Amino acid sequence: MALLSKKDSKLILDPLTDNNPITIQVLGICSALAITAELNASIVMAISVLFVLGLGNVVISLMRNIIPSKIRIIVQLVVVATLVIIVDQVLKAFAYELSKTLSVFVGLIITNCIIMGRFEAFALGNGPWRSFLDGVGNAAGYGIILVIVGFFRELLGSGTLLGFKVLGDPIEKTGIYAIGYENNGFMLLSPMALIVVGIIIWVQRTRNKALVEDH
Amino acid sequence: MEKRTEKNVYTILFSIGMVIVVGSLLAFAASALKPTIDENKRLEKQQNILYAMGVNENDESSANFVSTDVAPELFDQYITKQLVIQGNDITEDDQAYLIDVKKEQANAKAGLERKLPVFIGEKDGKTYYIAPIYGKGLWDAIWAYVAMDEDMVIQGAYFDHKGETPGLGANIKQRFFMDDFIGEHLKSDGKFVGIDVAKSNADPKNEDKTDNEVDAIAGATITGNGVAAMIKSDLKLYVPFFNNLKK
Repeated sequence: MALLSKKDSKLILDPLTDNNPITIQVLGICSALAITAELNASIVMAISVLFVLGLGNVVISLMRNIIPSKIRIIVQLVVVATLVIIVDQVLKAFAYELSKTLSVFVGLIITNCIIMGRFEAFALGNGPWRSFLDGVGNAAGYGIILVIVGFFRELLGSGTLLGFKVLGDPIEKTGIYAIGYENNGFMLLSPMALIVVGIIIWVQRTRNKALVEDH
Repeated sequence: MEKRTEKNVYTILFSIGMVIVVGSLLAFAASALKPTIDENKRLEKQQNILYAMGVNENDESSANFVSTDVAPELFDQYITKQLVIQGNDITEDDQAYLIDVKKEQANAKAGLERKLPVFIGEKDGKTYYIAPIYGKGLWDAIWAYVAMDEDMVIQGAYFDHKGETPGLGANIKQRFFMDDFIGEHLKSDGKFVGIDVAKSNADPKNEDKTDNEVDAIAGATITGNGVAAMIKSDLKLYVPFFNNLKK
């Protein structure tokens, strides 16, 4: 027997491609603009969201039959905020260095619309195991886009990857800077993240015409 | 019939229950973890101060503190004196590094005399005067520990921030930014001018140490301005102390 049934593995794999939260559902754009100026931050954010979304989806799914529908959005917000704050406090106490790296992301995770979006669209109507898979899948789909955007923005904007000077030194003029190449500082500003995401959407829809919406 | 979860009474009871559960959970977590967190913060201050005076474990490109296990020991070893300047009084206080600079700034605004801590470190026969400064960046607080010699020439600095943009403003705590400050003069012709984080800097390799300028980070203008502003406003207060040293 396979580890996951066909239906379950679809929950994980779909968000990676044809139902990607950023490029198809257009959720979580704000954080994709904010933190993709370097690859390292993108990876940290992707892992944090994976954790929060996976866990949050399970909690909401377990509570789905007792949540009053009139205040469900508030309940979702409270659940995700509580989770994030508790994790933040525990990290501050037992992994202080790590918590300093993550502190900037805490606010961004709570307000990430992917998280609220998946709670609302999936966890409220499905069991915990399927919700967990959906959370992991969507967070991974989000993470892939962050890493792609972060890769291009750091490479073209700063000439580095994960902090390593892969293109040479822009001040000492070594590597490809010796032949007149310059970093594109514009890549570091958030509008370029939007343009990179736009290019990904374009490429994806050119390859799969079924994704193009009719107007 | 209406579903149970649709009823108003149920909604109200649910919210009350949720607030109690979540509230006590958070309160419990916060108070249970507070001692550990405070201890971490105390050690971090010691690490920061030691970092500024060059006691650190930096490798080629990244900034690394001494480990928390040895920080208190090294702190006692290298920091020979901690002073608190308050107006014309200078007192010795071995807890001076715990002074909250943010609170002191608020006190100064309220008309009280501000306490200015300064930590005196000795390393390889050289004396360092380390001062904590505090200001604001683009999103939230930024702060620093600056080590100077008696001429107010910077010998080392550690910058940190609460919530600057990763990859942009957050880079003030990277070596390539902090190291630029080493050797920079805070004074020009004997007068305090501070250090500008300059965008139109004709000296990107930072060879001219007396120009009162370091190179700014692309995409982090407001954070950079915040750094320059806090250096100017907070370190200026130490000028009388340094003038007295030379007498």
